[in-house]
Formats: sequence, structure tokens, C-alpha cells
Amino acid sequence: MLVKVVSKNFDIADSHTLKVALECGTYDAIDSLFKMSPDEVTTEVVKSGLRGKGGGGAACGPKWQMMPKDDPRPAYLIVNGDESEPGTFKDRQIFQYDPHLLIEGIIYSCYAINAHAAYIYIRGEYEWFINRLNKAIDEAYEAGIIGEKIMGHDFKLDITVQRGAGAYICGEKSALIESLEGKRGHPRLKPKQKECEWYFDNPATVNNVETIATVPFIVKNGYEAYTAHGTPKSPGTMLFAMSGAVKNPGVYELAFGNKMIDFINDIGGGMREGKKLKALIPGGSSCPILTADEVNNAVLDYESMWDIGSTLGTGGMIVIDDSQNMVDVAKNLIEFYHHESCGQCTPCREGTSWIDKILAEILQGNGKEQDLDTLLEVCDTMNGKTICVFAPAVKDIIKSIVIKFRSEFLEEFKTN
Amino acid sequence: MNTFTYTKENEEKFQIELKKYPNSDSMMLPAVWLVQDQLGWVSPEAMIFIANKLKKAPIEVHSFVSFYTMFNLKPIGTYHIELCKTLSCMMMGSRDLKKFIKDTIGIEPGQTSEDGKFHLSEVECLGACGGAPMFSLNGAYHENQSVESLEKLLKECK
Repeated sequence: MLVKVVSKNFDIADSHTLKVALECGTYDAIDSLFKMSPDEVTTEVVKSGLRGKGGGGAACGPKWQMMPKDDPRPAYLIVNGDESEPGTFKDRQIFQYDPHLLIEGIIYSCYAINAHAAYIYIRGEYEWFINRLNKAIDEAYEAGIIGEKIMGHDFKLDITVQRGAGAYICGEKSALIESLEGKRGHPRLKPKQKECEWYFDNPATVNNVETIATVPFIVKNGYEAYTAHGTPKSPGTMLFAMSGAVKNPGVYELAFGNKMIDFINDIGGGMREGKKLKALIPGGSSCPILTADEVNNAVLDYESMWDIGSTLGTGGMIVIDDSQNMVDVAKNLIEFYHHESCGQCTPCREGTSWIDKILAEILQGNGKEQDLDTLLEVCDTMNGKTICVFAPAVKDIIKSIVIKFRSEFLEEFKTN
Repeated sequence: MNTFTYTKENEEKFQIELKKYPNSDSMMLPAVWLVQDQLGWVSPEAMIFIANKLKKAPIEVHSFVSFYTMFNLKPIGTYHIELCKTLSCMMMGSRDLKKFIKDTIGIEPGQTSEDGKFHLSEVECLGACGGAPMFSLNGAYHENQSVESLEKLLKECK
């Protein structure tokens, strides 16, 4: 079931060092890369169907094609390593075990979009991982892999890590750029038509860490090597994370299209201490919750997850067992969203606060059935009326818990 | 009033980072991190210092700093415990760790112990869900924790 594309070096001793990375073949096809034209590199990535691994699942190649051609302004690659979605802890594996794969991916991607500077924005709490990556970047500079030239090829490339400071919303690409420009992390209004991002009014592309780390495999081996894995619409692999009530929590690379329950039982070792599966949040906390029955039939690819009314998100699954009170689960998650709402849009700022207060009242024994209608109404009021997708995500998770586990809320009113 | 200034070493670091960006506005995060590394918090004097350095109004720096939860707006204890409370950690026992800290050190989230030794923050998801429950101590991650391992670690804090 396990496939190793991005994680191929994770288990090798000292895989984070340049010495081992070179032994493993990292940077071994740079000469071939420079024999291709940037458009050829982009075409390969487009044909691979590579999708963004940060949660949205937008196609990577077409995103690169949105960069303006023949623009006199400098282009930038911005790598999103903010990784703050609850249940998600996969990019840190790349920083820890294969930082040179990320650097290699940045070289390929920057060549494709003609960018000579890349910024990697990483959440501030990942200090240890940032230091690890910075050491690898220093090694790459010293070895002449990046800098004025790329291994002797006439292409200048600088890579800089910027450390965030504890704001979930900075994982939203436009909020990330605002933060990188020295401002509060407030998402930007979306343009009418699809276009690239803008860093100080210069064209920029924002890609997730894992997405960039997948690029070398595709360009080195050809897109067909990537589409050989997965499903026709969700080709390739993904680093799936599992946490909560399973025996072997962790990060595992799988092809798309596997059954979720097989992943939990065969790789995750099944439920902990004979506990029973009650529910699962599939791809970070912003995805609609699944009941145990839904988990039994769920398939791990984008389209299958949409078909059952949820999303694949970041692939970070939170497994919830039957000893958990779902009102408590909802309260825990809304506290997260209440704290992390950037406060820019009223429906989100007030809505998260309101849901938090209602759930607190219910847990304190002051709830009534009518509160459930209010919760659903607040969710619908938040949805689609804000600048970014934070509020719709809150709607998705809270509404799905209230609807699918309504009986547990009613039980809460009874015990009161 | 304006008494803050970088150490020589931090000033050098600032100058190195500055060259990496097309616009000095991108130096806000690195500049504030250097302040916090030096002081342990971000003082009003330091905000004025950064404002002068980056040609901002002091209120812009304050507005920026106050948005990001990792920046301390007042001094905190020597040992900063950041306890993750989000779902996976909650389900795996973070509340027991919180109770243990309250029972033994006597502090709740947001408080510093009277001797100034410990400061507890309850934080949202630190991206270590596979190692739940977890906390970070002065920035270092401690995963797969229990009351016993926490007790042992706290005893080692001199």
C-alpha cells in the first residue's frame, strides 16, 4: 500500500545531510533540467496532473502557467510551509528527513517560472525544523548548488526561509504574502479572473512544500511515472497523516485511491486499546466529519471524498473513538477557529465567537434544542460572505458535527 | 525613552537578512524575532527602534506585533511551556497535563509562576498530532508525553 515518491529517503540514516542526499541521487539530473526549456518543465508538471498538497488540491502546472510571460518585473516562488491545519504534520517530515529534496524541487520550480528568488515561509513554532532546513540551504550554497549559479549553469537562485510567528491564517496564500510583506496576515480579496499572486506587485506563485518536493520526481522520470500511481483524476501520491485513537499514528505516503479503512487498519494498526471508531475528520480539521459507516466506504482521492460530501484537504486524518463526546469535540475545534480568525470579516470574527459561546453554554448545562437551529443558522450566515475560505471551513466542520451527531447534543440537554 | 538597540551580533544578522528581500518591509518578521531573541519579549522601546529602522510609524509595528501570538507583549517566565490543546492532543490527554501543571506549579494558561520560573501558554495545534499529547518547552518539542514524563522534565528545569 505504501509508495515512496517524496518519502523515498526518509528512512535512510542522515538523509538530511548533503552527503547522503547526493548518494541518494538528489541533484543528479540538474544537467538534464537545463537541457529542457522552462516551458517543457511546466508541460511535464501539467501532464502529471500534480495537485497542490496544502489542502486546496488546485492543479500545480496550470498555476505556474498563470505567471505572466515576458514581464519585466522579477518573478518569485513562495513555498508555503505554514502547516497549521489541525491534524496535519507532513511538511515537517520533509524539513526533517529530506530538506535537499525540497531545495531540489525549488530549483526545478524556479527554473520553470523563471524566478531567481524563493522564499519558504514556515510556521514559527517549527524552530527546530527551520534550523535543519537552513543548515541544508547553507550546505547547498557552499557546494555551489544554489547561489550565483546552479551547479555551474548560468541561473542565479537565492533561497530564504522566513519564520512565521503563530498565525494559522498565514497558511492562506494571500495572507502569507501579506505577512511576508510585513503586515498582519489578512487574506486579500480574490481577483475576478484567475491570476498569479503578487509579492510587492511582482508576479509570484505560492506552492505547498510537499507539492514542490514532488516536482523533481516528475521531471526526472517523466509524467507517466507519476500518473502510474493513483486514479485518473487524482494521479500520484500524497503524504497522509494519521493521529488520534489509532495504534500507529504517523505520516505515510500512499497512492490516491486506497480505501480509508484499509489505511487505518493495515498501516495505522487499527484502533487503540480495543476502542471503537466513532468518527473521523479526513484532511485537517476544516473538512466535514465522517461517521464510522462513511469511513468504511471512503476512498482516499479528491473526487471520491467530494462524492461523499467531504474533502481530502491536507490528508491529515484525525481518528475519533467512541469514548469522545462530540459536543466536546465541536467545542475544541471552534476554540481553535475562534482564536485563529484573523478578524478582518465580520461574519467570521463574530460567527466563530458566537458558536464558541453557544457550545460553552451547552457544555455547562444551559443548552436547549433551539440552540442547534441557531448553530446551523450562524454557520449558514458565515458561509460565502467572507474574503477567504476560513469561514466556509468553520461552517463545514461545525455543521457536519451538529447534523451527523445531533443525538449526542440532545443527550447533553437530557443529562442537564 | 528609546533605549533599545540590537546587540552587535543581531545588528549584523539584521543587515544580512535585509539584503535578501526586494523591500525592507519584508524585514518586519525577522526584525521582531531578533528583538524577542534578545529580550525574551517585544518592549515598546523595541517597537520604536524597529519603526525607525524600517521607516514605519510605531503604531504600525505594534499593530503587526500584536497580531502574531508567538510575540510576547510583556516579559514571561524563564521556562515557557506551550501546551497544545487542539483535538488530537485533547483526546490523548492534554487536559491531564494542564491539571498537573496547575496542581504542582500553580499556574493556569497565560500565567507566570510567582518566582518567575515558569510561564504556561495553552496553544493551538503545533503540527505534532502524531505525537499527541505534546508541548514545547522554550521552543523544543516534547511529543508522546505523559504526566510522568512532564514531571521528570519540570524537575530538570533549574
